[in-house]
Amino acid sequence: MMKKYAKTHEWVQVEGKVATVGISNFAQDKLGDVVYVDLPQVGKVVKKGETLMSIESVKAASDVYAPVSGKVLQVNEKLNDQPELVNKDPEGEGWLVKIEMTNPNELNELLDEGAYKKHCEEEE
Amino acid sequence: MHPYIPHTDEEIQQMLHAIGVEHIDDLYKDVPITVKELKIPKGLDEFTVLSTLESIAQKNAVIEKKNIFMGAGIYSHYIPQVVESVSSRPEFVTAYTPYQAEVSQGTLQALFEYQTMICELTGMEVANSSMYDGASALAEAILMAHRINNKHKVLISQAVHPEYIQTSRTYTCAQKLSFQIVPLNGSGMTDTAVLKNSIDDDSCAVVIQYPNFFGIVEDLRAIKEVAKDLVFIVVAEPFALTVLEPPATFGADIVVGDGQPLGIPMSYGGPTVGFFATLEKHVRKMPGRLIGETTDVDGNKGYVMILQTREQHIRREKATSNICTNHALMAVRNAIFMGVLGPNGMKEVAYKSYSNAHYLAERIQQKGYKLIFDGPFFNEFAVRMTDDYDSKWRKIFQHGVLAPLPLGWYFNQYKDGALACATEVNTKESIDKFVELLGRDGI
Amino acid sequence: MTIFEKSVTGRKAFRFPDTAIEKREFDIPNHLLRKKAPQLPELSEPDVVRHYTDLASKNYSVDKGFYPLGSCTMKYNPKINEYTAALRGFSQIHPYQPWEFTQGALQIIFELKEFLCEITGMDDMTLQPAAGAHGELTGMLIARAYHLSKGDFKRHIALVPDSAHGTNPASAAMAGFDVVELKSTEDGLIDLAELKKNLSDEVAVLMLTNPNTLGLFEKDITEIAKMVHDAGALLYYDGANLNAIMGRVRPGDMGFDIVHLNLHKTFSAPHGMGGPGSGPVGVKSFLAEFLPIPVIRKADDKYYPDFNLPKSIGRVRSFYGNFLVMVKAYTYILTMGRDGLTHASRMAVLNANYLRTLISRFLNIASPRTCMHEFVVDGSEFVRQTGVKVLDVAKRLLDYGVHAPTVYFPLIVHEAMMIEPTETESKDTLDMFSKILKQIVEEARTKPDIVKNAPYKTPVRRLDDVTATKKPVYRFKRQG
Repeated sequence: MMKKYAKTHEWVQVEGKVATVGISNFAQDKLGDVVYVDLPQVGKVVKKGETLMSIESVKAASDVYAPVSGKVLQVNEKLNDQPELVNKDPEGEGWLVKIEMTNPNELNELLDEGAYKKHCEEEE
Repeated sequence: MHPYIPHTDEEIQQMLHAIGVEHIDDLYKDVPITVKELKIPKGLDEFTVLSTLESIAQKNAVIEKKNIFMGAGIYSHYIPQVVESVSSRPEFVTAYTPYQAEVSQGTLQALFEYQTMICELTGMEVANSSMYDGASALAEAILMAHRINNKHKVLISQAVHPEYIQTSRTYTCAQKLSFQIVPLNGSGMTDTAVLKNSIDDDSCAVVIQYPNFFGIVEDLRAIKEVAKDLVFIVVAEPFALTVLEPPATFGADIVVGDGQPLGIPMSYGGPTVGFFATLEKHVRKMPGRLIGETTDVDGNKGYVMILQTREQHIRREKATSNICTNHALMAVRNAIFMGVLGPNGMKEVAYKSYSNAHYLAERIQQKGYKLIFDGPFFNEFAVRMTDDYDSKWRKIFQHGVLAPLPLGWYFNQYKDGALACATEVNTKESIDKFVELLGRDGI
Repeated sequence: MTIFEKSVTGRKAFRFPDTAIEKREFDIPNHLLRKKAPQLPELSEPDVVRHYTDLASKNYSVDKGFYPLGSCTMKYNPKINEYTAALRGFSQIHPYQPWEFTQGALQIIFELKEFLCEITGMDDMTLQPAAGAHGELTGMLIARAYHLSKGDFKRHIALVPDSAHGTNPASAAMAGFDVVELKSTEDGLIDLAELKKNLSDEVAVLMLTNPNTLGLFEKDITEIAKMVHDAGALLYYDGANLNAIMGRVRPGDMGFDIVHLNLHKTFSAPHGMGGPGSGPVGVKSFLAEFLPIPVIRKADDKYYPDFNLPKSIGRVRSFYGNFLVMVKAYTYILTMGRDGLTHASRMAVLNANYLRTLISRFLNIASPRTCMHEFVVDGSEFVRQTGVKVLDVAKRLLDYGVHAPTVYFPLIVHEAMMIEPTETESKDTLDMFSKILKQIVEEARTKPDIVKNAPYKTPVRRLDDVTATKKPVYRFKRQG
């Protein structure tokens, strides 16, 4: 399944109606050592672009925005004890939440890998 | 030349020259002039300043410690000289917030030890490195309770210090919180039946003082039983905590209080220091600075500020509080004081305060006055005097005795009441003298 | 070693007098009596003294050396202030004593209020707030009460520039406002077009620091005040940077309606490792009825606390505030006088501009404009060239025996270093600091690892704050 990216540096991987969400490798590098992941409550309903949760380093707290609308189905509880997974494997084991999408069409507004890479280069 | 400002005329000229301007006024070219000369006196020499301040200080009546029978939030205890001497060290007094940890290990370790002592006293898991005072600590505790459960109704005992309640109302007025005052029963404890009936789906927290404003030792177990699902906030007095079961045992979520009794002079009410303790599960909702232990690159133990993302300098409008400057020096003073007294000394103060207060209560009752409540009290108690007590209180003051607080200031229903206090500094002789004054004709 | 590890069971540092009153056992229900004693240390008096003397030796302080923290005004803390604050007539009085017998204390509060009103151009003032942020909260609650009292319920927005101190948005939020961040110009000044765009009948207050956090004076202040007032909003002054302008211009004259001060910055009270401070709030007369209770007044040569303010926002803390800190500030103002305060501001500005000139020879300054009492170094080019971070430079400064400036603030400057020398530092000290900084810049270019791994000579070396926050240890725990 194809991976898509938001301009705000979240990634989404979709299986059926469920989107797994995390932050990109580019984003984790900017954040520095992640010390705490403030996971949302399971069941939380979010709209695309709204604050989903936040990730903290020692001297910063960064909001993670929902790349798609829907309901939080599952959170990556491993991050409670091992927030460093976000640094080590942001686009794998360091995933954040799974969202049940209410509007899969929103995926079309996200960037594919090539476009996202270009976007990051511009930000640099 | 001014004693605190080193610049000679020659240096000023050299500096202006380096900057590339002629006059200091050239540096102010963006700044309008709106004052020609401030209407305050010209600067004075140290000798004159000192005698001015000394004469102003003399306009305040200093009551001998043993003749103070008033507490109500500010207590007269003995403060060992070593506490004064050690806490006055300029390395503590003239340091800033420990933003550069490597050159602030003294501050950081002292505060880490303070946090530990507050945890020991309260039984809680985490204490921050200080708030301004007990009242603002309570206000912040209530705001934190709201962050914990997002509910709005705060049930607050009538026997919480009135100024703490006023402060909490001010702090929370913009947060859509409502306060309900829970009355007392005949023994002076918060009425659990009323409390139980007042709890609804939107109830956020219950606030109890321990011992309460009237000195009565509240039954925290009974409170917790009826208010299980609320955030349980306890306002505590530190000496009492050396002999009373700590609030943590009864399921308190947040314990706050004022550290003034622990080595801080009465100081007309400030600066004192607020202590603030909670459970680890709530720590990310906590206000204020936290110090934690860690190691340096060589593996040596050291201390740093932790969980800073809760604070205003990082989280700005989403911070858990706006607090920045706190009362670190007073917190360290608390720690030094506890280090000097130790667990046994602290307990001894508690015993002596209790014994003296009970002796005082007996002597007052022998004069025919009645206690307002029949519950167990620690070192303060409420007693019915007469309707003209306020003027009597002022007359007694002229005899060099600070008599119990007139309760009419804060409570209509106790207009003839007084809140008495004794600590380890009162003596049998001073108590007997006060009781004699109380009964004297013309007073 | 912690104080707990030095504890020896049975040691005592204090002896109580014998008493004629018999010791009683507690007549309190058993379940409320403490079963396990708190684990406090047991020490002798010399143990305590040595422990804290050792800790003291691990601190940097104003008495030790140069402390150029931007926005913190780390000026010298005069010794006489400590002495006067400790006078028994001030330190040994109970706040509930009859006010007829605390006339000296009330006189201090009243006269200090008068002095500060004169210095700031305000009409009335409360000295109750304990700190700057506490003053901000008080001031913003006054703004809220004012709008509500006029039946104006729409004003829910506080405008705060992106260059502001973190306390500003945090205090505004606590006072119930929605914070809207105002994008400033590159110099951190108010962008008038941006302000105009954001002003509406929903805006309650604009919070400003002037000089701002880049140390620049807001030269359009009169225009800004007019725009804000025309929109029905209030103008709030964060007094953190008052040290630049005393005796020349007053916030009240610039059009500010509410002002908070920091007695522990401008008025020389010491910072005490983070406090206690004192954060008075001054207001124009039309806001005086909202001040916290009690307000100290004078009538017939008597000073008294006035509790009768029906529209007051209430109390913001217990009693009268940090009274002893007020005594220190009062002592300072008497000592300095109108001439000394004005001179202090001028020398603070001279020092900042002089040091700015020296440093501009080897580092970039964030703004080309003449600064007031502080300035900001823009380290981004330096960082790009050397790979050494501003944080590393800060740590290396510690090795040379000076304190680091404020780093990474204000947020609008990348790799910021904010330097405020204050007026109590001599030309020699500034020359020395500049020399040290230049040497570090040189080190960063030639042997960057030395800077990156600094400090070396401090009581501990760089600390692991990542693990400290990830696996927090909040308190000392005995092994086992």
